[in-house]
Amino acid sequence: MMNLSRSVALISLFLLPFLSSSFSVDNPTDRRVLVLLDDLSLKSSHSTFFNTLKSRGFDLDFKSADDSKLALQRYGQYLYDGLIIFAPSTERFGGSLDSKSVADFVDSGRDLILSADTSASDLIRGIATECGVDFDEDSSAMVIDHSSFSVSDGDHTLIAADDLVKSDVILGKSKIEAPVLFRGVAHSLNPTNNLVLKVLSASPSAYSANPTSKLSSPPQLTGSAISLVSVMQARNNARVVISGSLQLFSDRLFRSGAQKSGSPDKYEKSGNEQFVTELSKWVFHERGHLKAGSLVHHRVGETDEPAIYRIKDDLEFSVEILEWSGKSWEPYVADDVQVQFYMMSPYVLKTLSTDKKGLFHTSFKVPDVYGVFQFKVEYEKLGYTTLSLSKQIPVRPYRHNEYERFIPTAYPYYGACFTTMAGFFVFSFVYLYHK
Amino acid sequence: MATQESPPPGTSSAMRNAFGTVLSALILLLIGVLAFSIRLFSVIKYESVIHEFDPYFNYRVTQFLSKNGIYEFWNWFDDRTWYPLGRVIGGTVYPGLTLTAGTIWWALNAINIPLSVETVCVFTAPVFSAFASWATYLLTKEVKGSGAGLAAAALLAMVPSYISRSVAGSYDNEAVAIFALIFTFYLYIKTLNTGSLFYATLNALAYFYMVCSWGGYTFIINLIPMHVLLCIVTGRYSPRLYIAYAPLVVLGTLLAALVPVVGFNAVLTSEHFASFLVFIIIHVVALVYYIKGLLSPKMFKVAVTLVVSIGMVVCLIVVAVLVALVASSPTGGWSGRSLSLLDPTYASKYIPIIASVSEHQPPTWPSYFMDINVLAFLVPAGIIACFSPLSDASSFVVLYIVMSVYFSGVMVRLMLVLAPAACIMSGIALSQAFDVFTASIKYQLGRSSNSKDDAEDNTSTNNAPKDDSSSGKIDKGEEVAKERSSKKGKKKEREPADKPSVKSKIAKKRALVLPLEASIVALLLLIMLGAFYVIHCVWAAAEAYSAPSIVLTSQSRDGLHVFDDFRESYAWLSHNTDVDDKVASWWDYGYQTTAMANRTVIVDNNTWNNTHIATVGTAMSSPEKAAWEIFNSLDVKYVLVVFGGLIGYPSDDINKFLWMVRIGGGVFPHIKEADYLRDGNYRIDSEATPTMLNCLMYKLSYYRFVETDGKGYDRVRRTEIGKKNFKLTHFEEVFTSHHWMVRIYKLKPQKNRIRGKAKKLKLKTSSGLDSKPVKKNPWI
Repeated sequence: MMNLSRSVALISLFLLPFLSSSFSVDNPTDRRVLVLLDDLSLKSSHSTFFNTLKSRGFDLDFKSADDSKLALQRYGQYLYDGLIIFAPSTERFGGSLDSKSVADFVDSGRDLILSADTSASDLIRGIATECGVDFDEDSSAMVIDHSSFSVSDGDHTLIAADDLVKSDVILGKSKIEAPVLFRGVAHSLNPTNNLVLKVLSASPSAYSANPTSKLSSPPQLTGSAISLVSVMQARNNARVVISGSLQLFSDRLFRSGAQKSGSPDKYEKSGNEQFVTELSKWVFHERGHLKAGSLVHHRVGETDEPAIYRIKDDLEFSVEILEWSGKSWEPYVADDVQVQFYMMSPYVLKTLSTDKKGLFHTSFKVPDVYGVFQFKVEYEKLGYTTLSLSKQIPVRPYRHNEYERFIPTAYPYYGACFTTMAGFFVFSFVYLYHK
Repeated sequence: MATQESPPPGTSSAMRNAFGTVLSALILLLIGVLAFSIRLFSVIKYESVIHEFDPYFNYRVTQFLSKNGIYEFWNWFDDRTWYPLGRVIGGTVYPGLTLTAGTIWWALNAINIPLSVETVCVFTAPVFSAFASWATYLLTKEVKGSGAGLAAAALLAMVPSYISRSVAGSYDNEAVAIFALIFTFYLYIKTLNTGSLFYATLNALAYFYMVCSWGGYTFIINLIPMHVLLCIVTGRYSPRLYIAYAPLVVLGTLLAALVPVVGFNAVLTSEHFASFLVFIIIHVVALVYYIKGLLSPKMFKVAVTLVVSIGMVVCLIVVAVLVALVASSPTGGWSGRSLSLLDPTYASKYIPIIASVSEHQPPTWPSYFMDINVLAFLVPAGIIACFSPLSDASSFVVLYIVMSVYFSGVMVRLMLVLAPAACIMSGIALSQAFDVFTASIKYQLGRSSNSKDDAEDNTSTNNAPKDDSSSGKIDKGEEVAKERSSKKGKKKEREPADKPSVKSKIAKKRALVLPLEASIVALLLLIMLGAFYVIHCVWAAAEAYSAPSIVLTSQSRDGLHVFDDFRESYAWLSHNTDVDDKVASWWDYGYQTTAMANRTVIVDNNTWNNTHIATVGTAMSSPEKAAWEIFNSLDVKYVLVVFGGLIGYPSDDINKFLWMVRIGGGVFPHIKEADYLRDGNYRIDSEATPTMLNCLMYKLSYYRFVETDGKGYDRVRRTEIGKKNFKLTHFEEVFTSHHWMVRIYKLKPQKNRIRGKAKKLKLKTSSGLDSKPVKKNPWI
């Protein structure tokens, strides 16, 4: 009886992390999302966006940004899998939330949608900076474009942007035809930062300045250096979307028609809804999330993994890679997955061939160098989660009895040895007993 | 030797000889016990552990051998050192010591004495030093008789230089190699004296054992050819010399080539060329002697010119080929360590990795006195004794001492080779001196009262039987001596080593009859000298050389302090880190880390890959970020540094640091030694260069050091450190041992996010905003 209860307690202890958190390796899509708003009216003005999320099964928890009971975690467990911050003007979050805890939230592998707007607060800017995105320092500046604005409004701050990142993973397979309407603040990315990515860039004629005052000095941010919407995928595969415009997500811009100035194409509806929906699918890991099984290798003709290889062994290598479709794990199909046989530098670099069922495999000969090697699969593809797998395996030289015992080319030498020995024997015999 | 010198057979002298033999056997046994037990201070004062650095590797290899057998050992590819290169242990290690200890362990287990491998390893060195003193007895006996042999054996049993390398726990190659060295020399002399092919074969086998045991075998394969050449040049060529030498070269080289670590080096590197050259010369000389016997003197003169010219041509061709071969290799065919023997400044000029090892430095004068003590004064007397008369054997010992004095002057480590030679020489000197003095006393006493012949027998210490017999002979007068010498003269062809010495000894003793009082005083002084030697040796064994260096002690007012930090931190590593984690440290601690903590290391004391060591040196000399990148590229998880600043342990990493800079800079030129020196001075105080204060080694050593005393006073460098309060960005401290001697850091993982550049401004403003309400709050 004691035993049973103890084992039950033990099992529940093991299960606890899985029960309490739906976000796991096996099911990477976020389920519980906290939405922070500085103005609860946003709930209705942006209802389309929230409703699409709800219809996809997300459990949205709306809170005012200065709610005094705000907390991301309780008893060391995170309460949410995702965070949407639509509170550009908030100077201080309520409760225990601050810029650092948001950063920790991302560092724990959870996702974030952050939207700033004109006159965004330092708090929001700080969070963006933590993620590698720098908003224009002039707090009253907006993105202005005199050549590719939206005709419907006639306002040059309502940008009709169509410079989207070319990635099916981030923005979905169907092309976004209509321009995306944007009104908000510009930001820039550090070109050396390889974790952030412009999803929606401004046109070359755009610049960032205060639209109500005269331009006294050349603007800091100009042209396509301006990013309107950026994404960041952290090293632990947490995903972040940072937008310079809150209106981008609004029902109004979702519904409004779009025509780019100077362009004859007129669209009934702007591209905003499709853009935002697809982007939210990506950021909440409904797409582009890869998972790899363990690296499997063995000698040709064997099935068990050896503890050590010998130089010039022939080996087979395989790895299973699956992609999360939002509901289930599907086989990943690609022709650019590579394996390295690595010791300080790759000695073998081979592209893996796939059987379309998720298994990537190849075979190669161990190089004629001994040492401690690693099988390395480093797969970094735009939009996908990063796969970085390695497995250590030593490679030994030949054993003393694995060399050839007789080499054909050396037969003259063997002959010389034996004739010398025979000759010496005969000579000694003759020398000693002749006379 | 008493038996050989025996006067006409008689019952009393036969009894006396038998007594002498038993006595020498007993003395030898006691010498063996002395040699073994004087080396046990380390076990008694500390504990039964393996010492220092290299012994830990040998111990680990022996464990592997005893677990997996000899074939696995032979083919052992070790993937836990030199990550990621690995090391082929079987092919790069001298297997003699390991196989010896492994065999002892196996034999003991086979007869149901279940000793652990560690115990066997700890006691291998003392056991073999007993063997070495017996081998010394045999060698010296061949040169100057058993009296000298016993004296030399007794001296060798406790010579400090040898003790320093063979205390219990000092499980290193030298432990067995010195025995092998002396025994090989003994068999060479034995062959030279007897001309027996049996001993020649044994000699080759002993040489094989030496090759298995220690790289110092090149000393043998150069010293013996030199002696052969010396004999030929001085007109002492004989068939015995040929038999002693030719089989050794042929068999010895073949056997040496069987040892994996030597392999084709036995015929390809220039350390071995001298033996081949002499091998050719001895054949030419042998041919000359043979032809001389065949031809008439007139014909011989013609033949000589012919042979000499042909011989010269052949030699020239061979020399030319050798020179061409040697010149074609980059270092001229000489390995770095050998080059530094010939040109002592070579290593420190060109190979910092060799010069950085303290035992590769030239010794100081006090170290001679420390290591061989009074022997240094006795050696010249021994050399003189060897010249009266000069035999093949005694000329060999003289050559041995001369060469070993030179080599010990080059490298402290080779003091070990000098010690046996010094012991042999001193043994000869002591024995001869005792001979003279006791004989004088006996003669003087005999003259005063003829009846008291045997009363003084036991006054002479070591060589009682011999003195008796020789003094007995003297009593009998000139005629006997003459008769004997003529008898011996006939035998001279066969046993030239012993007999001339006997003959001349008799003659000399007649001349060297000293006054009674002078003899007694001299005898007492000699005994006092010996007593001082014994006292010094016991002190050296007990105090100077028995510390295991992994446990340190210090005596202070409030008692004995024990610093067991090394084992503490290795235990921490083995309990708190993953089995496959890689630990980076300076190479000194590589062997210990793999043996004690069982963690993979980047570099270790087997300094076979200079580039790899230079990489670690560069990382240690680089600023934090660059160092992190280097270590990360090597998959390093932990960095271990040894720091002595808190307790004043002088051989820590900061004191070794300039070598890291030099070795690193030798391969990666962006590391410049001058950047770490202020006006040529190495300092870590506030005057130190910024490069020095920002390098990883400084930071890892002195991180949080100021918290200990508030000032950061370094007790080794005797100064306050230059940079006191700093933070680590890429490393985090995970362990610091009790006395701060070992500090272990972990590499921080790469940042999850990369921050934007406008961070500072944002922080300022936000902190300004944040701080205002916080300040206001108390007032509201």
